[in-house]
Amino acid sequence: MKSFRTHLMLCAGTGCVSNASHRIKAALERELAKHNLQDEIAVIMTGCNGFCAQGPVMIVHPEGIFYQLLTEDDIPLLVEEHLLKGRPVKRLMYTPPEEKSPVPKMSDIGFFKKQRLIALRNRGLIDPEKIDEYIGRGGYKALAKALTAMSREAIVEEIKKSGLRGRGGAGFLTGLKWELTAKQPGDEKYIICNGDEGDPGAFMDRSIVESDPHSVLEGMIIGARAIGASHGFVYIRQEYPLALERLNLALCLARDYGLLGENIFGTGFNFDISVHRGAGAFVCGEETSLIGSLEGQPPEPRIRPPFPAESGVRGKPTCINNVETWATVPEIVSRGADWFAGIGTETSKGTKVFSLVGKVKNTGLVEVPMGVTLREMVFDIGGGIQGDRKFKAVQTGGPSGGCIPASLLDLPIDYERLMEVGSIMGSGGMIVMDEDTCMVDVARYFLDFLRDESCGKCTACREGVDVMHSVVAGICAGKGKEEDIPLLEELGQAVKDGSMCALGGTASNPVLSTLRYFREEYEAHIRDHRCPAGVCKALITFRIDPERCKACLLCNKNCPQGAVSGEKKKPQTIDQAKCIKCGVCRDVCKFEAVTVV
Amino acid sequence: MGKLQPEDLDKIAERMRKTMSLREGAGRARVTVHMGTCGIAAGARKIMSTLLQCIDESEAKDVIINTSGCAGLCSREPMMTVELAGKAPVKYVDLTEEKAKRIFTEHVLSGRIVADYALAVGSEQTL
Repeated sequence: MKSFRTHLMLCAGTGCVSNASHRIKAALERELAKHNLQDEIAVIMTGCNGFCAQGPVMIVHPEGIFYQLLTEDDIPLLVEEHLLKGRPVKRLMYTPPEEKSPVPKMSDIGFFKKQRLIALRNRGLIDPEKIDEYIGRGGYKALAKALTAMSREAIVEEIKKSGLRGRGGAGFLTGLKWELTAKQPGDEKYIICNGDEGDPGAFMDRSIVESDPHSVLEGMIIGARAIGASHGFVYIRQEYPLALERLNLALCLARDYGLLGENIFGTGFNFDISVHRGAGAFVCGEETSLIGSLEGQPPEPRIRPPFPAESGVRGKPTCINNVETWATVPEIVSRGADWFAGIGTETSKGTKVFSLVGKVKNTGLVEVPMGVTLREMVFDIGGGIQGDRKFKAVQTGGPSGGCIPASLLDLPIDYERLMEVGSIMGSGGMIVMDEDTCMVDVARYFLDFLRDESCGKCTACREGVDVMHSVVAGICAGKGKEEDIPLLEELGQAVKDGSMCALGGTASNPVLSTLRYFREEYEAHIRDHRCPAGVCKALITFRIDPERCKACLLCNKNCPQGAVSGEKKKPQTIDQAKCIKCGVCRDVCKFEAVTVV
Repeated sequence: MGKLQPEDLDKIAERMRKTMSLREGAGRARVTVHMGTCGIAAGARKIMSTLLQCIDESEAKDVIINTSGCAGLCSREPMMTVELAGKAPVKYVDLTEEKAKRIFTEHVLSGRIVADYALAVGSEQTL
């Protein structure tokens, strides 16, 4: 194989691809050829690097220099200065919010420094479309160990001992799930990889499949061996085209190498995997609904017991785990349960991948040891709140989770602690909110989402969520009544109790947790007809402070309704009858003269 | 390659090791070719391709090749710095392709400094 002196690891995750990283690639290749460097320097397209807010990103190895927010126009300079003359280009490096000058090395950037990568161990370090690069980083060694040196029981025991818990939401002990399925009689058993990632703002699973598909496959083959499954399914969303493409390619390459199919590693073990594309229904993340969808039936949850471990796909014992769970398995088998159990907290072992989004400066994909505090997530890794606004809450666990207020910022993140404060780990979505976020509006948003996504099988969920939504929407519209709050609390409990699956079982969390920590905001909406965050349109008015207005007329010119008027060189006023509360005047004002009351 | 046996994994990993160690930034030896305008004009590009060729021929898997800017001694270009893990860096001057080959074989691969071509051991004091 030809040697290159430098590898340019250009991110080709979905985030960077939508920021035109393929055009950056073309520009790089063009410029490299221009300087006759194409035989010295290789351009490698990797999976998601995680620092999506700064995309397109590229890391130059061996120096480990991190470039961000690249455009095609930057490439000629970058190639000539750094790659030809060895002078890294400071202008294209990242400057952390707390620093004055750029930090060249990836390992020195706070966003990356606090992370510990297990599930994402190969992200940005390999080309996900080349199986040899995965093997070059130790890939499939765990499979060889599991197949040749471990009994089926020993594999299950190892996973049990590691304390690994399901990364998809409920946090059930993975080893126990395996054991239950393995102990079922019969030799027709199935395993499923749940890649139906549906939480708004969550993209952990997509990223893992995109950046390291073989880690998922290796985990599944090991699991199949332990459980005694003959076939596996990856259930993945149709709207993840890049993940699907890389997954299908990975399956072909693994089959070519005999890592899937008959007589794997010459041990007589047969196993193969097929891909099932989901149409993107949130309820399919629920395991029994997913199994229904896989069988070609409507995705509706089934009553449990029997659990899928006893009767799943086609009535056969089935073990279903999330993408991240499967991707973690090979590392546990390689390094041992004790190593894994040594990371994390008492009840939650290992690391967890989060998609950190919302009002933080550094949005992206992060993997941290369990037990890291919310404060570290938001301020050290996230770099604090955008525009130096005040932090208000973190929403974890997607539509099934809850909002955690600033007073609990020092809470260590693990399954139990999040549950105690009324939220859940979920699949790892983490939405950061600032003082300009209205918590009643947040509850309304999630209820609206769940109202659409409820499959409608259980009355409590179908009707209850809809009623809760109309009550909360009423509060946002200024039509709230005193009795709404107790009604929401009662209804929330009833929906929890009367729903068969976790969708309904957790649907009231966004409402109940905001009522628990931000009750005064609900009360302000209901009693004072006031939205303290200035979000709910029915309850706010835009005014121009005559003291501050410098009569620049920017608001006047930009108002789409012609609602701003006033003489030249005189403070402007807003005609409330015409105002549609779009906020353009506030956005364009340079003197903070537009206020919301 | 057909169906893999467990031992094939190590063979593939060995083949990929150079690629991987480069990305981890961990090599036994690091060779820096000074690529300022002066260096390039004096023939540093040829030194670079010679070194890459040496790596391919010797199948060295843990040598990292870097570039950097002008080293300040423009009259003695092309220059390169060889740094073995745990040892002080050595600067070589007035390089030719033949000299680069000899430095690669003797110093980079075998650890013997080629005193004939060396300018100095160590690096300048920086902040």
